[in-house]
Amino acid sequence: MKPKFGIVVFPGSNCDHDAYYALKKILNYDAEFLWHKETDLKKCDVIVLPGGFSYGDYLRTGAIARFSPIMNSVIDFADKGGIVIGICNGFQILLEAGLLPGVMLKNISLKFVCKDVYLKIENRDTIFTNSIPADKKSIKIPVAHGEGNYFATDEQLQEILVNNQVVFRYSDSNGNINDSTNPNGSLMNIAGITNKKGNILGMMPHPERVCDPILGSTDGQYIFKSIFNNLIN
Amino acid sequence: MFKAQVIIKRRHSILDPQGTAVEKGAKHLGLTNIKNTRIGKYIEFEILTDNLQEAEKEVNEYCQKLLSNPIMEDYEFSIFEIKKD
Repeated sequence: MKPKFGIVVFPGSNCDHDAYYALKKILNYDAEFLWHKETDLKKCDVIVLPGGFSYGDYLRTGAIARFSPIMNSVIDFADKGGIVIGICNGFQILLEAGLLPGVMLKNISLKFVCKDVYLKIENRDTIFTNSIPADKKSIKIPVAHGEGNYFATDEQLQEILVNNQVVFRYSDSNGNINDSTNPNGSLMNIAGITNKKGNILGMMPHPERVCDPILGSTDGQYIFKSIFNNLIN
Repeated sequence: MFKAQVIIKRRHSILDPQGTAVEKGAKHLGLTNIKNTRIGKYIEFEILTDNLQEAEKEVNEYCQKLLSNPIMEDYEFSIFEIKKD
């Protein structure tokens, strides 16, 4: 079996080609684009909701994309245990669709943040992280967003913590977490979470941007390789 | 036909850094009495029905499912009848 990655293209997506390039050209996986007006997921094994500014970020980030025709199929697919990864705007869409708990607020600085950050891997026992070498205290992946300030209600946060759904937190290179390593004001430095079942991941940092060695780091590959390895085993 | 005017407000328990930043402008203007600036959204639209109950139901659904996010926002609206052109 060779797993196939489907990358959804919304009007305003702009990291769709980066995701395709990383998956197809660098990792040599099967990948294809899925137009948001379609409802057929074309037998893809993994759905990628890429970064960008779907529908111009009008109203709230991800709020309108969540009603695109393809999202009903994505929700069905996810409900049946299908693997979905939402990156940056894709994460925001997953939150708006109710597939992940919480919401994104504007960065506390009110500035768009575009820089490399370190992520502590809080949960290595997920299909998105279990190929990350055990000796890695953190992975280095860039963020690029204006609204990545993760917020959840007290009840939601409790549930997320109890179920071990926090996957990545903003840290320093040694995995230490404090306010100075928080680029956007996120609750508890949260950078990425899964759903309770563990088949959906949302993360603000962009792993697809650090897969090609020419770009200085290949830490992003760990996430896609984890997914791939879980599917072929 | 009806017209609805919707106001979306950020919950008071959630910080509004935008409001805080704008309020700094008020200080620079010399307006020293301005406090607790919070920024929301105003949305207006028409509803193509003559039945008030039906109109209110649709406005509520629009507000709950799309115009506001209940995790961080509350909404309120007023609705009034307008004549067709």
